[in-house]
Amino acid sequence: MMNKLILGRYIPGDSLIHRLDPRAKLLTSFYFIGIIFFANNWQSYLLLGVFTLFCVYLSKVDFGFFLRGVRPLLWLILFTVALQILFTSGGRVYWEWGVFQVTEFGVQNGIFIFCRFVLIIFMSTLLTLTTPPLELSDAIEFILRPLNAIHFPVHEISLMLSIALRFVPTLMDETEKIMNAQRARGVDFSEGNLIQKMKAVIPLLIPLFVSSFNRADDLATAMEARGYQGGEGRTKYRVLHWHQKDTIAICVYAFLTFALIYLRD
Amino acid sequence: MDIVFEQVNFTYQPDSPFEQRVLYDINMTVKEGSYNALVGHTGSGKSTILQHLNALLKPTSGHVKIGERTITPETNNKNLKPIRKKVGIVFQFPESQLFEETVGKDIAFGPKNFGVSEEEALELAKEYLALVGLDESYLERSPFDLSGGQMRRVAIAGVLAMEPEVLVLDEPTAGLDPQGRKEMMAIFEHLHQVRKMTIVLVTHLMDDVADYADYVYVLEKGKLVKDGTPEAVFQDIRWLEEKQLGVPTAAAFAKRLEEKGMSFKKLPLTADELADALVARGGQSL
Repeated sequence: MMNKLILGRYIPGDSLIHRLDPRAKLLTSFYFIGIIFFANNWQSYLLLGVFTLFCVYLSKVDFGFFLRGVRPLLWLILFTVALQILFTSGGRVYWEWGVFQVTEFGVQNGIFIFCRFVLIIFMSTLLTLTTPPLELSDAIEFILRPLNAIHFPVHEISLMLSIALRFVPTLMDETEKIMNAQRARGVDFSEGNLIQKMKAVIPLLIPLFVSSFNRADDLATAMEARGYQGGEGRTKYRVLHWHQKDTIAICVYAFLTFALIYLRD
Repeated sequence: MDIVFEQVNFTYQPDSPFEQRVLYDINMTVKEGSYNALVGHTGSGKSTILQHLNALLKPTSGHVKIGERTITPETNNKNLKPIRKKVGIVFQFPESQLFEETVGKDIAFGPKNFGVSEEEALELAKEYLALVGLDESYLERSPFDLSGGQMRRVAIAGVLAMEPEVLVLDEPTAGLDPQGRKEMMAIFEHLHQVRKMTIVLVTHLMDDVADYADYVYVLEKGKLVKDGTPEAVFQDIRWLEEKQLGVPTAAAFAKRLEEKGMSFKKLPLTADELADALVARGGQSL
């Protein structure tokens, strides 16, 4: 079950992309999702496509991973593309049946939307595959810091985030363990109708809740015992360093933006 | 019911960068009515072997014969329940599997899954609760109100209530106090002796191995490096120390006596054997 989940997993490595500052990666990934909407003809999509593939190549992560990242969203993509193709009017009409028509614009839009989806998924998969979760949460804390001015609890949020991320693998292991224990007691998690399947989840969920609360309690006590009193006056051990290559990455994106604006119709 | 491993290999998450090979060509036989101990370092593959015993995991190659059924890599996940009923597993820290509102219901949960009627299941719950040393007043209590040790007992009772033929124990006494540990081990010994249960015990405690087991498997890095009776396996203390596996306290003590010049016909493994050997010498000096 867990093995198939690629989105949100980190693969250790030592490529250029791995070594980029997480803030740069996070910002550019979001920025990429923004500028992809600038693209509106095949030249601009080609540019973005080549750029994405180049990033994937730089990351030295197996390409199969990115394809597997697309898989869970495949139906959504196909559905959207099908809607676009069937309901867009304009241009030459290839085929018509009742309200459905396949037109030149429709096909074009369908292809563009498909590319858009795949590129966005590739980029976000690239972010999570090459950035350790803790670095990611540091980056989020840094980016949110200006919100302190409006009394947004940045420190608390980032602490929550890093604790949550830290416990994802632990909870996954725990889930696996409890599942095994209940399977050994005769629970079948995959058989039966919907109601039976939902019932089968109870012996899994209740122990998980109990152990999560226990764990939270223990962790809170342990943190207090080590002198934690909240964000005030706390120093940072993990310090992020902005290097020249991060500036270059930002510049590449600026250049990409100009190229896109130049290429679009 | 015998459980036979033939050339079993196992790899976690094959064909991915998270691939991890855990078992290499394991051949072993758990004979009906025997008391087996599985020892080895953390990460040597003990828990993985254990999950093969009732088909929670299927070998990546080779096959496991559990009684009549043969589990191969191609076996599908349907109809494994009969196997799970015959092989009960008590996982490490089994108290984490409790979930029902009352202790009685929680113990009855396993039997009910295997088709035992509600009333009979509650009868079984009563019987096995008594067996693990808790009285009937606990039946109606919430498992979450109990102490850790009591929860452990309830969880173990829940597995025993399925009345398995083979009982698999993964460090069943980890984290218990010395008294609780002794009581637990005595219960398992009783099940083995009186009810003729086959037992597979995973442990780091060599004293327990010496005291109870009649066959030992030593695992190292996913390979079976030694197996035999405790007498045979513990004979070579040097080897065990090299592997950092530890030696039963009595054997280690006897070894030191030997260094002082005392000799034993055969190396005593338990405190009783050691005492007998010493008494037999009738107080002769070194």
